[in-house]
Amino acid sequence: MKVSLFATCLTNAFYPGVDLTMAKILKYLGHSVDVPEGQACCGQIAFNSGYIDDAREVARTLIHSFERSEIVVSPSGSCIAMIHHYYPFLFEKEPVYLKKSEELIKKSYEFTQFLVDVLKKPDLGAKYPIKATYHPSCHATRLLGVDEAPYKLLEHVQGLELLPLAEAQLCCGFGGTFSVKMPKISEAMVAEKANHVLASGADLLLGIDMGCLMNIAGYLEKINKPVKTMHIIQLLGEGMKP
Amino acid sequence: MTMYNSSVDQRVDAALANNFLRQATRRATDRLRHNKYKATDELGSWEEWRNAGASIRSHVIENLDYYLQQLIQQTEKRGVQVHLAKTPEDAVAVVRDIVQKHDAKNVIKSKSMISEEIYLNHFLQADGVLSVETDLGEYIIQIAGEPPSHIIVPAMHKTRQQVADLFEPIAGHTLSSDTPTLTRFVRVRMREQFLRGDIGITGCNFAVANTGSIVMVTNEGNGRMVSTLPRVQITLMGMERIVPSFRELDVMLNLLARSATGQRLSSYTTILTPPRQSTESDGPEEFHLVILDHNRSEILGDKTFRPALNCIRCGACFNVCPVYRQIGGHAYGSVYSGPIGSVITPLLEKNWEKWGHLPFFSSLCGACSEACPVHIPLHDLLVKLRARKTISGHTPQIEQQIFKAYRYFFTHEKTLRRALRLGSRLQFPFVRNGRITGGPPPLSNWTKSRTLPMVAPKSFMQVWADLKLNRKSSE
Repeated sequence: MKVSLFATCLTNAFYPGVDLTMAKILKYLGHSVDVPEGQACCGQIAFNSGYIDDAREVARTLIHSFERSEIVVSPSGSCIAMIHHYYPFLFEKEPVYLKKSEELIKKSYEFTQFLVDVLKKPDLGAKYPIKATYHPSCHATRLLGVDEAPYKLLEHVQGLELLPLAEAQLCCGFGGTFSVKMPKISEAMVAEKANHVLASGADLLLGIDMGCLMNIAGYLEKINKPVKTMHIIQLLGEGMKP
Repeated sequence: MTMYNSSVDQRVDAALANNFLRQATRRATDRLRHNKYKATDELGSWEEWRNAGASIRSHVIENLDYYLQQLIQQTEKRGVQVHLAKTPEDAVAVVRDIVQKHDAKNVIKSKSMISEEIYLNHFLQADGVLSVETDLGEYIIQIAGEPPSHIIVPAMHKTRQQVADLFEPIAGHTLSSDTPTLTRFVRVRMREQFLRGDIGITGCNFAVANTGSIVMVTNEGNGRMVSTLPRVQITLMGMERIVPSFRELDVMLNLLARSATGQRLSSYTTILTPPRQSTESDGPEEFHLVILDHNRSEILGDKTFRPALNCIRCGACFNVCPVYRQIGGHAYGSVYSGPIGSVITPLLEKNWEKWGHLPFFSSLCGACSEACPVHIPLHDLLVKLRARKTISGHTPQIEQQIFKAYRYFFTHEKTLRRALRLGSRLQFPFVRNGRITGGPPPLSNWTKSRTLPMVAPKSFMQVWADLKLNRKSSE
């Protein structure tokens, strides 16, 4: 398969290793990988802040960059959910772009969803002995319906002991600009999430959205209780190394 | 008018500093949520019930003019006096007129969110009328002079000791704070009030259009006392609170009780078809139905926000909301708090200056939409309200500039690449131990409570471009 990566603005700027590892895993599985130029962001940051016109132009740019792609895969459930959930609304008055966004929706996937649901490859032969817990991100779970896929991938990681995370369904308090617009409420939310992570007894926090992980890890570090944090992609990448 | 003089920030600070409030909110919402799951799981087909509920509500809202007219016809035929109130002021004026006409000094009330919405007690009190809330929770917050902190459990933020302290001046003696003592005190006190009430005021969970019946759902039975003892009754309802017939009522009562408290049916479901007819032995002789619009017509005419009218006020969205969980209801500043309050308050009140913060009391996690028994896409409505606020010009200039810049850079990826490279070089004044730990606002809002990773020396797009270049040169 010819797979195009959608790198997301956050990983592009802060965690290029996540995108690169995703590319390596897909290549390892025998797919050709490309990263179309011009892509930058799904537009969610502006959309969620109420700047819908600015969001639309950023979304338009993203649509253009993937127009010739067969499959689009991203390391973020939130960004893919933005496309699936809100692009039809953004372009409801533009039939041409409405059609283009529907085409993008049909061919775009979050990484774990693509591996498990499309490629049917839940077992990558990875090995990573550690006690870990997993935070299910809200947009991946609730808006995109990516629920089981991450667990299926983790089940097949040899040596990984997955510990339950209490009140896992609670948002970590990131919410994009919410975290700087309502910083105190956001802090209270991440404090509770961090407590549950610490109480889980895990040495590693896993997730499928770097936004949430950046938030939780950043808080844990600030209170001097750093917990190792990884995207499932990073875990698989490390675990697949011979 | 509002019950608060403090700013949004002050209210949030106060809520976050109030450990009891936060603990109580967590405990109560956890309990309600888990009860709800039990009550919905046992049905086995909750999704079908939700779909049925959503389609009933949408059908009523789409045909509200028809059903309102039918309700008015059916109630008036039996002798109910119907009052259509366009504004909260109109509704208050109607109630005041009735109270004055009967020279009533004692009014007894059962729970009504509409009475909160129009600040009815405040106005009755100003007229020298003793208006007593007879729902225990409402009674507590009435004495405390506070709005409800939860739509179903209005006094959930109060400790038993705080309740005892509130009751003591009324009792005229000290009260121990154990539950039996407090409830006994209220029972005795309420008994007196029930017998003294000149007029009963109730809310309305559903009005059945084809029979002209009023349905009230309570757990204390106070609604029955209020609607049987006084000679005159006033029922307040929002204009959208209608079901076509008893067939649909059956579905809605299941959805409401199970979603609100996890009960199969609330302890008391009171169905009145007023007023008392000559062949009937009890119930009020004079019955006024006040139907409040308060910009609901406008919401009805707005396709985007129309689903907000589907709400049945069950409070399920409160019990899953991670924001509400941390700050409780009062920090919102509005009568209706929680996710649904953040949606409807700006729509009802139409005042961005005062209520513009509400759509931002959400991380858009979507838990509310998932919990809603009638499928209101609450988080979608919140984000669409944010867009309305921006379009109406009520956002800060600096924010508008930031998003203009965002739009420029993220539609010019090559320029963005250069900007990120520059950023990675300029970030060092804010870096400690490889993490960004400070910076100017709005970055400081993040770094006050969290660290931020450094901007990578090479963005992924750059890394990839370089890899491609290397591959080509090695070929």
